[in-house]
Amino acid sequence: MTCKLVVIGAGMASGRMLEELDTSAFDITLFGAEPRGNYNRILLSPVLAGEQEFNEIITHDAAWYAEQGITTRFGETVVKIDKKKKLVVTPQGTTPYDKLVIATGSASFFIPVQGNDLPGVVGFRDLDDVEAMLAAAGKTDPKAVVIGGGLLGLEAAAALHKQGMEVTVLHLMDHLMERQLDPAAGYLLQKELEGRGINVVCKAHTAAILGKDHVEAVLLEEGDLFPADLVVMAAGIRPETRLAIDASIRVERGIWVDDAMQTTAEDIYALGECVEHDTVVYGLVAPLFDMAKVLAKTLQGQTAAFVPPMVSTKLKVTGVDLFSVGDFAEGEGREEIVFRDPARGIYKRLILRDNKIIGVVMYGDTADSGWFFDKLKSGEDISEIRETLIFGPAYQGGEMMDPLALVAAMPDSAEICGCNGVCKGTIVQAIQDGATDLGAIKAVTKASASCGSCSGLVEQVLAVTLGDDFQAPAPAGICACTDHSHEDIRRIIKSQQLKSIPAVMQEMSWKTSCGCHICRPALNYYLIAEFPLDYADDLQSRFVNERNHANIQKDGTYSVVPRMWGGITTPQELRAIADAAEKYNVPTIHVTGGQRIDLLGVQRQDLPAMWADLNGAGLVSGHAYSKGLRTVKTCVGSDHCRFGTQDSTGLGIKLEKILWGSWTPHKVKLAVSGCPRNCAEATCKDLGVICVDSGYQVSVAGAAGMELKQTEALATVETEQEVIDLAVAFIQLYRESAAYLDRPYKWVAKVGLGWVIEQVVDDAENRAALCERFEISQSVYRTDPWAEQAKPEYQTNKWATLADLTLEAAQ
Amino acid sequence: MTSWIDIAALDDVPPRGARVVKTAHGCVAIFRTAQDRVYAIDDACPHKKGPLSEGIVHGTAVTCPLHNWVIDLQTGMAQGADEGHVNTYEIKVENGRILLDSTRLMARTAA
Repeated sequence: MTCKLVVIGAGMASGRMLEELDTSAFDITLFGAEPRGNYNRILLSPVLAGEQEFNEIITHDAAWYAEQGITTRFGETVVKIDKKKKLVVTPQGTTPYDKLVIATGSASFFIPVQGNDLPGVVGFRDLDDVEAMLAAAGKTDPKAVVIGGGLLGLEAAAALHKQGMEVTVLHLMDHLMERQLDPAAGYLLQKELEGRGINVVCKAHTAAILGKDHVEAVLLEEGDLFPADLVVMAAGIRPETRLAIDASIRVERGIWVDDAMQTTAEDIYALGECVEHDTVVYGLVAPLFDMAKVLAKTLQGQTAAFVPPMVSTKLKVTGVDLFSVGDFAEGEGREEIVFRDPARGIYKRLILRDNKIIGVVMYGDTADSGWFFDKLKSGEDISEIRETLIFGPAYQGGEMMDPLALVAAMPDSAEICGCNGVCKGTIVQAIQDGATDLGAIKAVTKASASCGSCSGLVEQVLAVTLGDDFQAPAPAGICACTDHSHEDIRRIIKSQQLKSIPAVMQEMSWKTSCGCHICRPALNYYLIAEFPLDYADDLQSRFVNERNHANIQKDGTYSVVPRMWGGITTPQELRAIADAAEKYNVPTIHVTGGQRIDLLGVQRQDLPAMWADLNGAGLVSGHAYSKGLRTVKTCVGSDHCRFGTQDSTGLGIKLEKILWGSWTPHKVKLAVSGCPRNCAEATCKDLGVICVDSGYQVSVAGAAGMELKQTEALATVETEQEVIDLAVAFIQLYRESAAYLDRPYKWVAKVGLGWVIEQVVDDAENRAALCERFEISQSVYRTDPWAEQAKPEYQTNKWATLADLTLEAAQ
Repeated sequence: MTSWIDIAALDDVPPRGARVVKTAHGCVAIFRTAQDRVYAIDDACPHKKGPLSEGIVHGTAVTCPLHNWVIDLQTGMAQGADEGHVNTYEIKVENGRILLDSTRLMARTAA
């Protein structure tokens, strides 16, 4: 007969246990007090902060339970366990069990003061709590008091602050998160939160919660009074043990369980936050998941034992990097290594005993936390690397494998160049046949000839193969036509006032008569950037897309992308686009990531007529093909969004109207987000603006392509005009000093963000001069190339075929 | 035997550029180099049929706009590591006019 398994509680622990269990062997009934399925409670903070939706954090929905053949009784509360008759009792009736699992979790601990039952006092455990908090945040000038400065309380405080509430955190102890942090890290955290505008009061003893029909204020024993529309109880959790106590099952702080998750009663098991194992009650999820695995095995008759894992803590507050694990109290026989950088707000502390790491606290920079955690778990003796230990893995000479050894160990079949499918053996063969530098290997094998990201590896293969004969490449010329670098070329163009491609080639001793497809577009760009008024753009030195003002596709057709300023369009524009798509038989219409519409599969000869039609509706080139300004992505900002702090759309349009048409070393993409939720994804752009209540955060040098990189702060300013000046100056500086085909993030990495800030932010005079030079260039280039290229003279000179011999053949 | 057809003025093709002539068996690209020499080759790269007429012309070669194969305009042969070739056609300039030998083009059409 199938075993009747009854589970009380549909939370994360029981959900994981059911996942681990072979459910076909049981007849399972699941009771849950909340009228909804199982969701990831850990992610309630992001839901509260508005960073995620509730449906994103659901882990098991009704369909999942149905698939597993589990009967769900959500919203039905178990009020009693009858051990003798092996029944559970609910107001709706009784349900028999063969085996019973108690997974009732925990409830927020409501500190025992007067007024703790007033409406407006909530815990932070479930979705109902979150909804109550969001309702309070929607009032005018809302104020919240969070009681408890631990993990949960601070996440709630940060989220409520983000929702626009004035937030005060009252914490009983001397410093925040005292269970996870030492005083120094607690201090840094407090400073960070206060810097964001969250009021933090430590050593705060709550005397009473005041209010008539609803909470109005919190009073401290010290006499301070904090007005509040909402009070969040986050002073700890209390295991939900009532059912077990009533059934005379052993309960300490939580329901007592042995290593197999069995309670003191026959056929009754328990797991999750409601249990106590070996005198410890757990509140973090990792150990609960371990319990789930153990209990699933126990129920299936296998032996398993719960071993308390080492648990690390990270705070889920955006922008706060904090990590702690292990034991970090001071004590006999313990040593510590501490690193502090107050200016950058970085603090790292390792606690050692017998030359082993037993505790780690990190604040501000937690990049190496995984490495330290591994060392802690493995119990490795660190005496050998103690001197540099605190600096992390990058400074451990012996830890890093010699990269050459790595390459030497690769088999000949290992692929080095993914773009062109070139393996190590092919490269080695080419080297043995006489290709002894990167350029030669590129020419013979195509390795590193496409994206170039493997050129370091190719050089390592060279070094390994040639041994002592290998010479590290001198600063290479930009192509086979010259030995000069991009930087040299730019410098000499400027100092010698070389105003044409032939002049540059002559003066700089080009080795070829008229360059190649690598150097000519670069030279053309440098001359445009240096002499916008004197130099005539050389179309024959432009890549096809920039010559034809459309993107060539694999079959020789083109894609046409009209500009949509800031991503805003109108019914008229959409009609014109739809009409053009039909008229020119566009097979594919695609919406781009930059908030534009892409018309793909246009025949070359149709381009000018199509542009003329689009021009007629006021649409201009979107420059989706250019090394120039592509798009300024925006969200709808304060115009429509209930969270928007500024007119992000309007600012985006202003930026785009100023910047469009400009040529740059590589493509440039901007975004403006109306609030820190950052819906326009501004923090991975070449230049991103995040609007905040007090102004605008401008950051630069992000990347979201072959490499992924967050932007770095340039400056925070108060007005739109300042944003525009910064953006223009930054882009002009990039135009004037970057190597062709370096995106801004690569250029900034070369010149240093500090230098960029000096030039663009600190030196107002220089910023104005950059803006002025940009405007001079734009007096020539801020124009629609489609309108120009659709003129009749281009039809005969460029777009029409030179001759049609098919007619002659027909004669 | 050659059969010259006057297809256009030399100045109709930009220096270091190309224009296209339609023929019954496909497009032929007419190139003009910086030194005003002209070449005619099939307008389809041996690699993935990229339109060579849209490539950057340098020396007596063109770089295909799709994947940067470099094709020698005199021989039609791919350069460097790439292997492949395109058809070339007889062409000359007389009195500022470009003349293309249509023998092969016509023969093919007839065949």
